[in-house]
Amino acid sequence: MPETQTAVRELTIGEAIKETLAEEMRRDPTVFILGEDVAEAGTVYKVLSGLVDEFGPERVLDTPISEAGFAGVAVGAAMTGMRPIVDIMFGDFIGLTMDQMVNQAAKIHYMSGGKWKVPMVMRATIGATRRSAAQHSQSLHAWLCHIPGLKVVMPSTPYDAKGLWKTAIRDDNPVVIFEDKMMYRLKGPVPEGEYTIPFGVADIKRPGEDLTIVATSSMVQVALGAARLLEEYDINAEVIDPRTLWPLDEKTLIESARKTSRVIVMDEGYGRYGVNAELASVIAEGAFYDLEAPVKRIGAMHVPIPFSPPLEDATVPTEQSVLEAALALCGKS
Amino acid sequence: MTTAVDRSRPVSNIDSEQLLRMYRRMIMIRLFEEQANDLYTRALMPGLAHLYSGEEAIAVGVCEALRPDDYITSTHRGHGHCVAKGAALDRMFAELLGKEAGYCKGKGGSMHVADPDTGNLGANAIVGGSMGIATGAALTAKRMGTGRVAVCFFGDGALGQGLLYEVMNMASLWKLPVIYVCENNLYNEYTHNSETIAGDILTRARGFGVPAESVDGQDVQAVYHIAKKLIEDARAGGGPQFLLCSTYRFTGHHVGDIKRDYYRSKEEEQLWKTERDPLTLFSTWLVAEKIADAQKLNQIEADVRAEIEKAVAFAMESPYPAADKVDQDIYA
Repeated sequence: MPETQTAVRELTIGEAIKETLAEEMRRDPTVFILGEDVAEAGTVYKVLSGLVDEFGPERVLDTPISEAGFAGVAVGAAMTGMRPIVDIMFGDFIGLTMDQMVNQAAKIHYMSGGKWKVPMVMRATIGATRRSAAQHSQSLHAWLCHIPGLKVVMPSTPYDAKGLWKTAIRDDNPVVIFEDKMMYRLKGPVPEGEYTIPFGVADIKRPGEDLTIVATSSMVQVALGAARLLEEYDINAEVIDPRTLWPLDEKTLIESARKTSRVIVMDEGYGRYGVNAELASVIAEGAFYDLEAPVKRIGAMHVPIPFSPPLEDATVPTEQSVLEAALALCGKS
Repeated sequence: MTTAVDRSRPVSNIDSEQLLRMYRRMIMIRLFEEQANDLYTRALMPGLAHLYSGEEAIAVGVCEALRPDDYITSTHRGHGHCVAKGAALDRMFAELLGKEAGYCKGKGGSMHVADPDTGNLGANAIVGGSMGIATGAALTAKRMGTGRVAVCFFGDGALGQGLLYEVMNMASLWKLPVIYVCENNLYNEYTHNSETIAGDILTRARGFGVPAESVDGQDVQAVYHIAKKLIEDARAGGGPQFLLCSTYRFTGHHVGDIKRDYYRSKEEEQLWKTERDPLTLFSTWLVAEKIADAQKLNQIEADVRAEIEKAVAFAMESPYPAADKVDQDIYA
């Protein structure tokens, strides 16, 4: 087998994230991680396991359970020359950090006339169906997409996770990365070593002509599964992952919508006033005269996430529900 | 309330040049605020103006004990901190008027003056909002071994914010060089702090293992001496420090807060102004100790007044930012 510098391995998303953080921490001594149970515990999903052994407890810093406090500490550290990575154990806890993210991190560059910078990354989770009930299961990323000054990133594959994480750590702005807690074990090819994925560039996960499904994070696999089911109905669906919600690659979404003329948008956040609403609006404004039907939104049911499994399962989109929506959209239901 | 300078205090070991520099800086803040008030009441200054008049000894005493490359965070009542840390008056006024030449190109205004060149991490209009930032700057200083410290100025109103206790806890655990300076001017906006503060303030800091001191915030030399000690302790690896300064806001919560008798009496205000004005206390002492005569102090005031007039003229003549700048500086 010939030697290659960019061997491609199969890694899980969790492994890809850890490898990226380790590479970036080796490359740049100002990068450090802080959050609850990040060091010896390696976080609740063990994504960071082992990093403390290589980098020590000062660069993989266990904090008290004080999300607002350590988010604020990260803002100040970022302004003065460090590149902190703030670990928020569950995305539901971002509410505790909101003043630091919305009124501080997002605005400091603008309020200072461009003089101070806040190069920090916050990582948090989304995703239901882990039987964790209403305060550990939400997908609240839309809150941060609403704020100018922040960038919001949602990787859906191991390959994307590595490339997007590298870009996030090197960005001079506050970046929030939401990871689907159900996908940490999803495997996929990841090249060894250095590569980055620019923000604002969508990825066509599956090319097609008859229907566009724009899907984010946890919904990408659901969309791909639905696309496979749709083959039996002679419907060839195109699945597009925006990968970053802000900046948003509007052009790729609109071009696909113009080509297929039928669009479903899928995001696990709440439908009302959420990411789906924005994606649908972008497409409606950009491709209105090419559309055969209104853009269909599929998101989480508008209820607090329940605990009981049959109840919780009813709140999230499934391949079957996407299939039904797609057939209706294509006039085949 | 004491009514005269404490004569029992040891003779100051601050040299006369430094003393007069501190006096000059205090009068600069006082006159700056008089001008801000004037610009505001003449409808030349947009927005809000929260004046620092009456509290000058704290900003000047603390900043005099700092290195130029040390960090501060400031508050909505922040003009004094910015000037004390070395801000240029012309760019300050330009920012207050929303002009392109201002410290933040007019995008921040009175409540958000920030300036990396003087270590000013920014004034913050969220009460208590900058406590994490100051603590994070101290984390950087410790990690990078720069020897810098960070001073977090905040008012007694911010004692109600949980963020303070979260970051003091971390600063104490990690021995960070940050000094939390509480300016207790007795009022949380329009409410006396007897309605808002339970227990003892210093005990709150000490509960986290943070050394805490209190000082007469109207006495610039006392503030300087205690601040110098706390800053040196923090710089030497002693961890975070807490300084509680007793002071008084001579004016309303903001310039428009004219009718104040429902929350404090005119007699109380008058007493502080006549008996506890930090400028009068200091100038009286300077003359009594023969550091300067009245003529010298008048000359300093006249010089500062001329400087301020020039700065205001600069700001008034400066152009507003072009409208197409509105969406610049959102991202670095």
